[in-house]
Amino acid sequence: MEKIKSLSDLKRIKEQVREKLDLREKSEQADRLVQIKVAMGTCGIASGSKETMSYFIDHLAENGVNAIVTQTGCMGYCYAEPTVEITKPGREPIVFGRVTPEKAAEIIEKYLKNDELVEGIIPANYQSIQ
Amino acid sequence: MQDIAAHVMDIAQNSVRAGATRIEIEYRESRKEDSLTVVVRDNGRGMTAETLARVTDPFFTSRTTRKVGLGIPLLKQNAERTGGSFAIESREGEGTTVRAVFRLSDWDTPPAGDLGGTVALLAAANPGIDVVYRHETGRGAYVFDTREIREALGDVPINNPEIAAALEEMARENIRDLS
Repeated sequence: MEKIKSLSDLKRIKEQVREKLDLREKSEQADRLVQIKVAMGTCGIASGSKETMSYFIDHLAENGVNAIVTQTGCMGYCYAEPTVEITKPGREPIVFGRVTPEKAAEIIEKYLKNDELVEGIIPANYQSIQ
Repeated sequence: MQDIAAHVMDIAQNSVRAGATRIEIEYRESRKEDSLTVVVRDNGRGMTAETLARVTDPFFTSRTTRKVGLGIPLLKQNAERTGGSFAIESREGEGTTVRAVFRLSDWDTPPAGDLGGTVALLAAANPGIDVVYRHETGRGAYVFDTREIREALGDVPINNPEIAAALEEMARENIRDLS
């Protein structure tokens, strides 16, 4: 594929994405997206959460997972960074700890695609952090 | 923090939490002045003089999830140990500016890291914030501005994963040309 370097290259990608989005909107509702929040506090960043976030962004589409990836702050699990909170539509959020890119691959394959749980879930009396 | 990019992501998260709607980031490398300057400027809620005086203390944080706040102290330490400097200015209700200067030739100056990826992720993860990044080296300058990016994207959201991946590539390619 050609390199993306300018705004006009970006517009080309946009058109491709828009076509897919149009198809998707006809078959699914917009609120059926999986929400993935990557903790980006100082602790998360120092443990490589950026690589984790990049991994999700780069590999969700090719795995057919419709998700939105955002950042959040430190959830207090500094010992288990990088941490990622995943909310599947209509479910309680789950926090995964020590999510390296390898672990992210496992989460995509097992939890997101096949709905199997994976090791490394942080059990908590959980409250969402804005 | 392993590289400048990690510091930038970290300091910019403070701006996000301060409710900024605009974050300006500058990275400037000057061989002539033997300096590497990083500036993060936001229009968030800012800090009182009292808070400002305490932010470089690692045992101060405004968070309640933990009792330490290491982002700013780490950046200050990293910059100062290269013979550089660190400054933070803030006004309540107006915003905050963090400026760190590293001595380019010093052993301890961290590598730049993946600044393109960092800025693209920051922009994609915060669709409500205008992110303006300026990267300048002796070879020229590149500006990544989410306002013109959003204009180019039209109704396609900036936080779509494929768009985010394209933004990462766009920023990285342009920055690579300048290094």
